[in-house]
Amino acid sequence: MSDSIGLEQANAQPALGGGHGAAPGEEPSRRDFIHIAAIAATVGGAGALAWPLIDQMNPSADTLALASIEYDVSKVAEGQQAVVKWRGKPVFVRHRTPKEIAAARRDDHADLRDPATDASRVKPGHEATLVLVGVCTHLGCVPNFGGGEYGGWLCPCHGSVYDTSGRIRQGPAPKNLEVPEYAFTGPTKVRIG
Amino acid sequence: MSGHSTYEPKTGFERWLDARLPIVRIAYDSAIDFPTPKNLNYWWTFGGILAVCLMTQIVTGVILAMHYVPNGDMAFNSVEHIMRDVNYGWMIRYIHANGASMFFLAVYIHIARGLYFGSYKAPREVLWLLGCVIYLLMMATGFMGYVLPWGQMSFAGAVVITNLFSAFDQVIPGLGTAITTWLWGGFAVGNATLNRFFALHYLLPFMIAGVVGLHIWALHVTGNNNPTGVPVKSKADTVPFHPYYTVKDGFAIVVFFILFAWFVFFAPEALGHTDNQIPANPLVTPAHIVPEWYFLPFYAMLRAVPQKLFGVLTMFGAIGLLFAVPWLDRSPVRSMRYRPTARWFFVLLVLATLGLGWCGGMEPDDVVIRTGQTANGDPTGFTVTWLARILTTYYYAYFLLVLPLLSRNEKPSKVPDSISTPVLSGGGAALPAGAAAEPQKKG
Repeated sequence: MSDSIGLEQANAQPALGGGHGAAPGEEPSRRDFIHIAAIAATVGGAGALAWPLIDQMNPSADTLALASIEYDVSKVAEGQQAVVKWRGKPVFVRHRTPKEIAAARRDDHADLRDPATDASRVKPGHEATLVLVGVCTHLGCVPNFGGGEYGGWLCPCHGSVYDTSGRIRQGPAPKNLEVPEYAFTGPTKVRIG
Repeated sequence: MSGHSTYEPKTGFERWLDARLPIVRIAYDSAIDFPTPKNLNYWWTFGGILAVCLMTQIVTGVILAMHYVPNGDMAFNSVEHIMRDVNYGWMIRYIHANGASMFFLAVYIHIARGLYFGSYKAPREVLWLLGCVIYLLMMATGFMGYVLPWGQMSFAGAVVITNLFSAFDQVIPGLGTAITTWLWGGFAVGNATLNRFFALHYLLPFMIAGVVGLHIWALHVTGNNNPTGVPVKSKADTVPFHPYYTVKDGFAIVVFFILFAWFVFFAPEALGHTDNQIPANPLVTPAHIVPEWYFLPFYAMLRAVPQKLFGVLTMFGAIGLLFAVPWLDRSPVRSMRYRPTARWFFVLLVLATLGLGWCGGMEPDDVVIRTGQTANGDPTGFTVTWLARILTTYYYAYFLLVLPLLSRNEKPSKVPDSISTPVLSGGGAALPAGAAAEPQKKG
């Protein structure tokens, strides 16, 4: 009986019982173990709790389900461009003229900031159709066609200039306009995404 | 927050901050070194549990508001979107919906604790009144939150509760109609109502948090009551809040949240109503409408009174009585441990309130005790309505008759001289000298 009271006292008043923390060179005490286990469980639990509260802000299932669209490129006349919305962003579908294609190919080996050949940015047999994400790689504005010295796009925000293949030629943007993942599903049909 | 501060800044930064904004000192004095009666039992852990409930509701609620659309045409679908499409949306919504029930469960235990141990008596009247205000705000918040999913039960609930105010037409003709039209923003519950309920449902929890701040402030001025009701006489009667009550409250919070998690993960719709899975339809009311379980006792009181205005007044009066308790109970003995008669009336009050809750969930014409039957075989006898009338009468009698009269007539049993006395002399094995001395501070 007196033993159990002694133990209770030692637990309740650790500094008296001498079990509170281990001095250097001493064996770790049971209390050290309890502290570490409790802290570890708390950190693990907090992390497990935090993840759902953070992940809920990621795209929801219905947003992800709307991730691809189809478009009939025959609707775009030569020399024209259509802008379609894909994942909330503008996608340029441009029907290039032979002159523009020639200009793009001529510059394949020019001093490019983000080197890429024109052939790598279109589908074989569909060289006239250029599909680009219409988002400037600088800070996300939508470039306008017909500006700049290279016959392509000029971004109104900070003056980035893209050529007829959508490659960056001047201004602050670091990368070419992105070519989205897309495929021809018929002679004139593309599925983007 | 009261008394002498024992905080000593340890680092240079703490000294620098303490001279400019003593926020660490306040936290230390009110959550670490706060002298707390050493005999608090588990009924006292519900304050901490409620604080965690409030935080849970605010965090999950802010998240739900990121995905919810407060529009009559889109609200129901946006809730389905949360349940099906949003990452972990189902879990966050179930935590929020069941969290409301857990919040009320905890607050009812917290209120009952205060009523039994006399925590409303001087000098804690303001602490008690602030608690009553929190409870009122909770009821308003809970009600408006239940409307937001815009299902059939949401809609019917909004219609019935707002129509309570139409009873004022019986005081001044036109007054009730004017109030309900104002509440609705139209001629019936509709999109305007939903929009304002959403705005207020978002606002009120922060007002609750503010009043909780005052509640805790008032608590730290008077200090905790305790199961004996005897005030703290010396330092020997107290222990520092940390680690003694941080650990005890923490353990209770974990146990409480196991129950909470069981509801969320295994019975998330157990406390809801299937009719709320049907989109709101102003042209049809569900056959059997009942409020959420935590409003059932008051709902039973409303139905027990056959006159519209008095039914409404009876219902609101039941809550109003709580505000008056400190002045209805004049007994100098706080804890009912030492009030041999009052404690049994208190037990009856708890049973009556639970009974009213049961009545609220039944149909008014359901027969409790069968004495016969009608020609086509339906039972007749003592109905739910009559049971609710008896229980409502007792509820009122407890506050208006029992407490005031017992204050004069009851002979209390012997109250200990101090918190430590019953431990040292009354029961249990004699502890070694020093056991009742000032407990060791955390080193």
